[in-house]
Amino acid sequence: MSIDKNSRYRSSHEWARKDGARVVSGISDHAQDALGDIVFVELPEVGKVLKQGEAFGVVESVKAASDVYMPMSGKILAVNEALSGDPALVNREPYSGGWFIAYEPTNPSEWDGLLTPEAYEAEAGKE
Amino acid sequence: MPFIPNTDADREAMLAAIGVKSVEELFSDIPAAHRFPKLGLPAGLSELEALREIEALAAKNLSASNSAWFLGAGAYNHFIPAAVPALASRGEFLSAYTPYQPEVSQGTLQAIFEYQSMAAELFGVDTVNASHYDGATALAEAVLMALNHGGSSRPRVMLPAAMHPEYKEVLRTYLAAFSVELDEYADEPAAAAKRVDARTACLVASYPDFEGRVHDLSGVADPVHAAGAVLVVNADPIMLGLLRSPGSMGADIVTAEGQALGNAMNYGGPFLGMMGATQKLVRKMPGRIVGQAADHDGRRGFVLTLSAREQHIRREKAVSNICSNQGLVMLQSTIYLEALGKSGLRAVAELCWNKAHYAAKAIAAVPGYAVAGGTFFKEFVVKTPVPASEIVDRLERRGVVPGLALSRYYPARTHELLVCVTEMNTKAQIELLAQSLKEASV
Amino acid sequence: MNLRPEPLAFELSSPGRVGVALPKCDVPASPVPAGLLRPELRLPEMDELTVVRHFTRLSQKNFSIDTEFYPLGSCTMKYNPKANEVAASQPGWKGAHPLVADERNQGSIELIWRLQESLKAIGGFSAVSLQPAAGAHGELSGVFMIRAYHLARGNPGRVKMLIPDSAHGTNPASCTMAGLTTVTIPSDADGGVDLDALRAACDETVAGIMITNPSTLGLFERNIEKIAKMVHDAGGLVYGDGANMNALTGVLRPADVGIDVMHFNLHKTFSTPHGGGGPGVGMVGAAPVLAEYLPGPIATRKDGTYAMAMPSKSIGRMKAFYGNFGVLVRAYTYIRMLGEEGMRRLAESAVLNANYLKARLEKAYPIKYPRRCMHEFVAMGNFAEGVHTLDIAKRMIDYGYHPPTIYFPLIVPEALMVEPTETESKETLDAFVDVMLKIAEEARTDPELLRGAPHATPVGRLDEVAAARCPVLCYRG
Repeated sequence: MSIDKNSRYRSSHEWARKDGARVVSGISDHAQDALGDIVFVELPEVGKVLKQGEAFGVVESVKAASDVYMPMSGKILAVNEALSGDPALVNREPYSGGWFIAYEPTNPSEWDGLLTPEAYEAEAGKE
Repeated sequence: MPFIPNTDADREAMLAAIGVKSVEELFSDIPAAHRFPKLGLPAGLSELEALREIEALAAKNLSASNSAWFLGAGAYNHFIPAAVPALASRGEFLSAYTPYQPEVSQGTLQAIFEYQSMAAELFGVDTVNASHYDGATALAEAVLMALNHGGSSRPRVMLPAAMHPEYKEVLRTYLAAFSVELDEYADEPAAAAKRVDARTACLVASYPDFEGRVHDLSGVADPVHAAGAVLVVNADPIMLGLLRSPGSMGADIVTAEGQALGNAMNYGGPFLGMMGATQKLVRKMPGRIVGQAADHDGRRGFVLTLSAREQHIRREKAVSNICSNQGLVMLQSTIYLEALGKSGLRAVAELCWNKAHYAAKAIAAVPGYAVAGGTFFKEFVVKTPVPASEIVDRLERRGVVPGLALSRYYPARTHELLVCVTEMNTKAQIELLAQSLKEASV
Repeated sequence: MNLRPEPLAFELSSPGRVGVALPKCDVPASPVPAGLLRPELRLPEMDELTVVRHFTRLSQKNFSIDTEFYPLGSCTMKYNPKANEVAASQPGWKGAHPLVADERNQGSIELIWRLQESLKAIGGFSAVSLQPAAGAHGELSGVFMIRAYHLARGNPGRVKMLIPDSAHGTNPASCTMAGLTTVTIPSDADGGVDLDALRAACDETVAGIMITNPSTLGLFERNIEKIAKMVHDAGGLVYGDGANMNALTGVLRPADVGIDVMHFNLHKTFSTPHGGGGPGVGMVGAAPVLAEYLPGPIATRKDGTYAMAMPSKSIGRMKAFYGNFGVLVRAYTYIRMLGEEGMRRLAESAVLNANYLKARLEKAYPIKYPRRCMHEFVAMGNFAEGVHTLDIAKRMIDYGYHPPTIYFPLIVPEALMVEPTETESKETLDAFVDVMLKIAEEARTDPELLRGAPHATPVGRLDEVAAARCPVLCYRG
């Protein structure tokens, strides 16, 4: 299981990483491994405003589908269009090419409540 | 017993292997007070006796097999080629389950793929699913799909006033739990489409409508799409052998009752709910879908796919709860479409068109009767000089089934008869109908 | 099995071929307005023999009950007697129309009425509706009924449906379609409903519970009466999922233990063919408290005359017309042939066959809940290093057996759910046991053989990932 040291995490396996004023999110290596080959990712419309913990999309494998949740509240600025043509990006590069959304955080202090890489690694390792 | 093979000796040997003394012991978990009740069913019959009884019951019905039949209104009397039941009744199709194990279900899976391909061509859409329970539930699920697609800010659904009344009832049952506004329109779909707004999830058009009218749908899709809504068209699949497809006129979701494609009327079931959609809506579509795949040697095969939409994976978040569908009916329709083929389906549709128009002229010529205006395909409304229900009652006793008295659904419309003419009706039958209507008017 | 590749119909097509001759038009033609005509219709063109060979060959690529033992758990793949088919193909049924007046459809309505009465007797219900077309459709009807009942009593806040974690996926999906929320109730160590968790969930927002009994583990819920009482005391109603009724005909009437509304799958318990996915019938039966809420119309009898009528507080129609009538004829034929004695014998033999298989296989295939089973049992396929349930299932195909249901219920890891049904003989079961034991041995000695299975089928394991990533859902010529 690889962990991106520059990200923070939710226990539901989403990561969040600061990128200037934006935050970028996707799912962790642990999550993509548990789901298996990703066949489809449903992403929100740009401009949508979502609260922390709200489902913003769905990630599907052949035999499973999981909601993915906002690590922080925010307004969607961009979604990863490449995933529609190549959903396997999530399997290959969960922390880079396989990102899901970029958003403007509406409550930046939520960052401090997210799991640190070490805390997430310890929690995910128990599963 | 013929269907329960194990003898008392077998049972004894099996009980010994399990390590119990009696079959009753296997049921010790069942509350003793309620165990092995007397049901009050009659004693079992032999096959011969049971079939005699059932044949006698069946003979009590009025049947299209020995009448001049002009009744449609949602269940249609069309010709079924002999190959259709002969092939569909093979045990390998009949007694197979849902094709969850693709290696031993390629027959069923390829048949579904061929059905999806042909139905998508008929409808003019990208994808068709493997079936719903009937045309009414297919339409209800299409409306749910449009509501789901539109989200909570679009609670309004526009429906044609002249839609099959039972379809409307099913829709109301399905939507009872949600705050949805069902808004009926009585004008042309193209006019109604101008009233689609930002609160509307979809506009439903019937093609043709319940009274047989074929509306021009060419101007409908643009205003619907401009308002961000979805166009749902409920069509007659036989008519689509001749007339423009809903998809070619911009429909996003197309549904149909597929019974007419090779299936008997059967007192209303089992029928075939057909549903197709454009590519962008496919992952919101309910029902099973078959896709093409390859094995490790590159051999082509077929599998159930996009399953993450369905209840066995998504449970409470599934797009629908549908599981069992109308597989065997779909198979019959697949065989029907392939047996008739390109020219055959068109020929059936042309026969319906020509005979219906001939019948309309013949009836309009009978004093006291008038045929409603507008373009029609195989059904049309006739204004009658005496109550239509009386005509139906008198004629049915003589083996002529003239159509549906509209008062069955609309009590105030006492003098209107919905007549259906198909390739099954000969010229002589049409003339008999006109003559019988004449006699019934006096 | 037919192993040769079969072309798609479109690939067998040849321009100008015709499969069916139609009568010449015997009336003058009427012109179709040009703007209405479709420009083209790309359907295949074949002669009749090509169509016949095509579908015959396709049929030979299926496993079916008529050709192989099909121990698919939860699906009740019993033999479908041929008399059912003859009964359903009578011209008086096929040519009957649902909108002809009841007095001229007395045969159909009387058959529906008789079947209703039989199913009332088998379930202990006060009324039944035969309109729903499938199990999930019956479930949806039942959930609508429960919701309508609470609304009629002025309790719109009862929106919570309790569902055990072993339930079929249709249960929660049906609740969503009825606007209800679902609360999952865990199973206890014995595979039954955890009563403490249930008690904690029973509050004034409970609409009811949906319970499958025997459960999807093949185990009878011994606390069923306690569960029903707990939910009733909280003001809720009890829905019974009758998918597993094959264990109970003539053994227990579900209404006797507190079930208020329930569906039976006539295509499982009452031997109507599964048809590669349907059609089925999801008959709904109700106790007096819900009888008037049933979907309809249903058949009634007065002075020897039969009529279709709507129950007084009906939730409405679940489909157009009166249900999958052709399937009703088959189920009625079966019940008529079995009769009172046969109904009990059916369940007894189904349960005996399952327990016999379990007794002979449980040493090789571990069982998570090793209690006495009912008509089916759930084993596990992860006992050999590097071999999964999927591999065992696929290897069974090589020996000519349809695999059991796999990876369900979700609460058993690597589940293998085996349901033999009552229509299989001891000889068939013994031969199956021999093969299963041999596969268990192979799993240890030659795991590669299992992972490469099946070996003798028209296609091997298909790449489902690629199929879902780039879906090809129609022929593209």
